[in-house]
Amino acid sequence: MKTVIDDYIRKEMFPNMWCPGCGNGIVLGAIIRAIDSLSWDKDKIVAVSGIGCSSRITGYVDFCTMNTTHGRALPFATGIKMANPDLKVIVVMGDGDCSAIGGNHFIHAARRNIDLTAIIINNMIYGMTGGQYSPLTPTGKFGTTAPYGNIDQSFDLVKLAIAAGASYVARGTVYNVRQSTSLIKKALDKKGFSVVEIISDCPVSYGKMNKMKSPVDMLKWIKDISVSQKVWEGLSPDEKKEKYAIGEFLSKDRPGYTELYEEIIKKAQEIGGNK
Amino acid sequence: MNNLKKKKNIKLLQGNEACAEGALLAGVRFFAGYPITPSSEIAENMARELPKIGGKFIQMEDEIASMAAVIGASIAGLKSLTATSGPGMCLKQENLGFAIINEIPCVVVNAQRGGPSTGLPTKPSQGDMMQARWGTHGDHPIIALAPSTVNEILTLTIKAFNFSEKYRIPVILLLDEVIAHMREKVEIPVPEDIEVINRKKPTVSPKDYLPFKPDEDGVPPMANFGEGYPYHITGLIHNYKGLPTSNSQEIDAFIRRLYNKIQKNIKDIIINQKYSLGDAKIALIAYGSVARAAERTVKLAREEGLKVGLLKLLTIWPFCFEEVNRLAQQVDLIIVPEMNLGQMVLEVERAAQGKCRVVPYSRVDGELINPIEILGKIQEEMQK
Repeated sequence: MKTVIDDYIRKEMFPNMWCPGCGNGIVLGAIIRAIDSLSWDKDKIVAVSGIGCSSRITGYVDFCTMNTTHGRALPFATGIKMANPDLKVIVVMGDGDCSAIGGNHFIHAARRNIDLTAIIINNMIYGMTGGQYSPLTPTGKFGTTAPYGNIDQSFDLVKLAIAAGASYVARGTVYNVRQSTSLIKKALDKKGFSVVEIISDCPVSYGKMNKMKSPVDMLKWIKDISVSQKVWEGLSPDEKKEKYAIGEFLSKDRPGYTELYEEIIKKAQEIGGNK
Repeated sequence: MNNLKKKKNIKLLQGNEACAEGALLAGVRFFAGYPITPSSEIAENMARELPKIGGKFIQMEDEIASMAAVIGASIAGLKSLTATSGPGMCLKQENLGFAIINEIPCVVVNAQRGGPSTGLPTKPSQGDMMQARWGTHGDHPIIALAPSTVNEILTLTIKAFNFSEKYRIPVILLLDEVIAHMREKVEIPVPEDIEVINRKKPTVSPKDYLPFKPDEDGVPPMANFGEGYPYHITGLIHNYKGLPTSNSQEIDAFIRRLYNKIQKNIKDIIINQKYSLGDAKIALIAYGSVARAAERTVKLAREEGLKVGLLKLLTIWPFCFEEVNRLAQQVDLIIVPEMNLGQMVLEVERAAQGKCRVVPYSRVDGELINPIEILGKIQEEMQK
């Protein structure tokens, strides 16, 4: 059966390299459906990723795509967008990619409000390297480098993105896939820096270390930990530690970086030459 | 007579300003950088000049991001430049490798200062010659140029862009603190007199485009993102389509082609200048600001009747192996004065293959090497 997905993928790259039960494919599907619903010109879409399982997404979609270096997807995308603001630039990152090695780039892309859409697939672990804890691994959970439990406090990417200046911030999950598709669509359509965190599952690494070996167990867990913002507000501080609020957190209008730079060009040309 | 009538555009420029001027003449339209001494004036000039011509400047959050943005902008179609010094050059190595493996044209200026680490921010050095060659990991080609005058900074910046576009490779322009900051008379060429090379574009339809399939010259045509040629770029070793490969034949062919596209065009890429080498029995080999002193040394030595000449290297990498090999057969002694503990002298030794004596002359105290001390070294070696 032919689906909308077929119009956007590089078939020769399949089967994909993800493990059975991995949430990355669900996110890939959500991204494609969101793009399709916007009827964008495929030739003007660029997808950029960093390093990690999730970053392999760019290899599977038939746009201009770029699988860059670890954590650096956003600055590569910044250069692309600055050079040609007509391009729609989508950046896909993992949790370690975006919030550890790429953390500095993330807050600065948000601060500049450059017109990019950042989709962070958060499986709370370094999956490709075999299950080491990341800055988004919850406190107390296990990883191969946290064999006695993780003592780090994890980042709240939503709060981080809002504080740093993003225009659109949302969180979805691979369980609530229709909602996630709709959040991604809104983010793609938003001017300025838009961020969608998608909580995802890695049964092979995270699940194995945390007593959820099957993908079904993991999806049930994700269903259990994700609540609407309204429900989240009513939780006690201790209950909040175990849960993730999902949905749209911020959608505001502020001029994007490339728009502001167009003003710089006008100003420079008016003031003109000391040349 | 006509030449005399033509009004020349002469300016007194700082080295870093000349670099910015040359970049603009070469068609640069994007700069991303991070402040660092002694290269910051390049960024300042680009921030002022680029928007006037519709170009873009951005100061990124760090050196890593600057290199990434430069590569991104180049893929999206703009000639792109970044400038830094040693500590920043260290940080750029990761993405420099990405530009090499994906054959993305761009120019990286390293205004060298003393190192290692923070080292000597305001003093000159030539300590990054081997870093320029081998700084990023893995077997890879590189082109590095080293001007020794402010005028050469301008012309070699244009050359650097031309090489990078022609061979689809990042080109490193090695300045040092002295020539980056000194001011000299520069003749600004008129655009009609400048050769500007642009990357070759695919001539086939998007359906038939293989982004990493080389032409006969070893260089694949490059479609910019957004031009209707969807393709994949990855830091993984890739096949003609740009998709990751683990096929050992494809891997071997890819690594060798990257290397050979430079090695096979070495005659086009090597630029150097010879001073009084015709009858020389002693040769100096120098580059950058030290070559200025060495040129003076040749005059002083000739006044004393010593048959000394100079081979001034403008292209550092790839190294002019054959040229030095021939020179080693002609002279009895080669002296390589450098502001490091002896880096390029190792290449000279390799090229000389024992056909003459090769000795280093090193200075690493943050001071320039002067002509008298090189002459002293010549006299000292003649006693041996």
